[in-house]
Amino acid sequence: MARLEETTADGRTMMRQTPATAEAQTANATLARKMRRRGEESRLWWLVPTIYIIFLMLPIYWLVNMSFKTNQEILGAFSLWPRNPTIANYMVIFTDPSWYKGYINSIIYVVMNTVISVAVALPAAYAFSRYRFLGDKHLFFWLLTNRMAPPAVFALPFFQLYSAFGLIDTHIAVALAHCLFNVPLAVWILEGFMSGVPKEIDETAYIDGYSFPRFFLRIFMPLIASGVGVACFFCFMFSWVELLIARTLTTTAAKPIAAIMTRTVSASGLDWGVLAAAGVLTILPGALVIWFVRNYIAKGFALGRV
Amino acid sequence: MDRTWNNKAWFMVLPVLLLVAFSAVIPLMTVVNYSVQDTFGNNVFFWAGSEWFEEILHSDRFWEAMGRNLVFSAVILVIEIPLGIFIALNMPKKGWGVPVCLVLMALPLLIPWNVVGTIWQVFGRVDIGLLGYSLRSLGFDYNYVNDPFDAWVTVIVMDVWHWTSLVVLLCYAGLVSIPDAYYQAAKIDGASRWAIFRYIQLPKMNRVLLIAVLLRFMDSFMIYTEPFVVTGGGPGNTTTFLSIDLVKLAIGEFNLGEAAAMSIVYFLIIMLLSWVFYTVMTAYDAER
Repeated sequence: MARLEETTADGRTMMRQTPATAEAQTANATLARKMRRRGEESRLWWLVPTIYIIFLMLPIYWLVNMSFKTNQEILGAFSLWPRNPTIANYMVIFTDPSWYKGYINSIIYVVMNTVISVAVALPAAYAFSRYRFLGDKHLFFWLLTNRMAPPAVFALPFFQLYSAFGLIDTHIAVALAHCLFNVPLAVWILEGFMSGVPKEIDETAYIDGYSFPRFFLRIFMPLIASGVGVACFFCFMFSWVELLIARTLTTTAAKPIAAIMTRTVSASGLDWGVLAAAGVLTILPGALVIWFVRNYIAKGFALGRV
Repeated sequence: MDRTWNNKAWFMVLPVLLLVAFSAVIPLMTVVNYSVQDTFGNNVFFWAGSEWFEEILHSDRFWEAMGRNLVFSAVILVIEIPLGIFIALNMPKKGWGVPVCLVLMALPLLIPWNVVGTIWQVFGRVDIGLLGYSLRSLGFDYNYVNDPFDAWVTVIVMDVWHWTSLVVLLCYAGLVSIPDAYYQAAKIDGASRWAIFRYIQLPKMNRVLLIAVLLRFMDSFMIYTEPFVVTGGGPGNTTTFLSIDLVKLAIGEFNLGEAAAMSIVYFLIIMLLSWVFYTVMTAYDAER
């Protein structure tokens, strides 16, 4: 880093000393162009993200392609696009309650989990970012370890715990179980955003006679709104993609779509078209959510707290 | 930021504490319970001491799964981290390309894990999958169901497909936070592309890279759903990683004592690694 500081300083002095004549400016521009050719990236830089995105899209394209084919076509002839596009596979899903209920179940518990996680994480994150208290560092570390806990370790104990409370096969059971890794995550993300808000704002508000709840809702929340958005996004994401725990805790009434899919693969003689259509439909909510938060994603990652 | 000492802040942390205690401590206690007891059935348990732990630590099966998992994590890191940095360096900096790249790259991260498995299971099939069919037509003897090497390649490529974007996004976030002045200074100095990377971009990405390495290590160390859907741990046991083995032991064979002991060993390893990570992170933050 020391070397970098030097170069910056050199750069500035050099700029200042340059006389503002037209000749010098042209010379400077030529120099800069030469430097750019040597130092900057080549013109083919766009190839890298393009190839990477093609690599990412290929398996998804194949899934979409399959979802518009009939089962005979999938198994019979190999083709890069559906010869006779059909939406029959999607109709199966939208008309059969055992299929579309899976989506509703998934969305119910994911939303419940996001709301619970962010709601309890808000005051805790505030406490971590503003106060020191007995055992704060240990507590923070302990929360972090839960983000790293392998779901496989918890699957069986969760089943027994929620059986004891009679909560098996309910949405709330899955929502609470997913709090295991989402609450620590939400606390972590929100703490980062809250620490970015100067403490003077709190103090001024208290002097102005705001009570804590009023201050928190009226002044503080708008300031960290993007942080709440980022936290919601990641809670949604991790609850939506998790399956091991969700599958263990549900049997029929709250079964997530992803689990219904695997069951159909193994049981009903491999209806590839419907399977592909169901897969495509599980990708859509994620794509929609990303589109809405696209401007915040980089910011959320920038905190390095995911 | 200097924080005031106030023990009343505990009340704000209380909801989180109760919730996480309910969903983490109670289940863990059940695991501890099982790990030190044995049963002959009928819900009658007796004290077994450290028997299960000795058994698990002396079982080849556990160490083999551990070895496979470590090799898997190492391969994943070696591929994904440099690839992620390389792609992040070549991302567009402004204009319409930025949101398009971000959204398309983040897409695999939001696909449910077993759907990721299903996508690749179909994609790699030699009869109906694009990848398997193309490889076959090109004359490769590719079959991830029977051939351990092909199964490994499939699982690794799948993980690269699934998670490299996380590294890309993290690095990209680190890169966009570098002020333009740094690049201008480097340009005037005539710094080479490598020098810019080595002395400007890499130091700025240090922190996010640390997180990327840790997250990728942790998540690949507890990977379950994706390889399970694609290969089911096979052929044979060649893609049976720790989590798959654990679930097999606990739910498949209902060998609760051994599974519980394994869970604890597994969890302690993760805990140790988290601690190292946390210490390094806080030390790094304090330095700045």
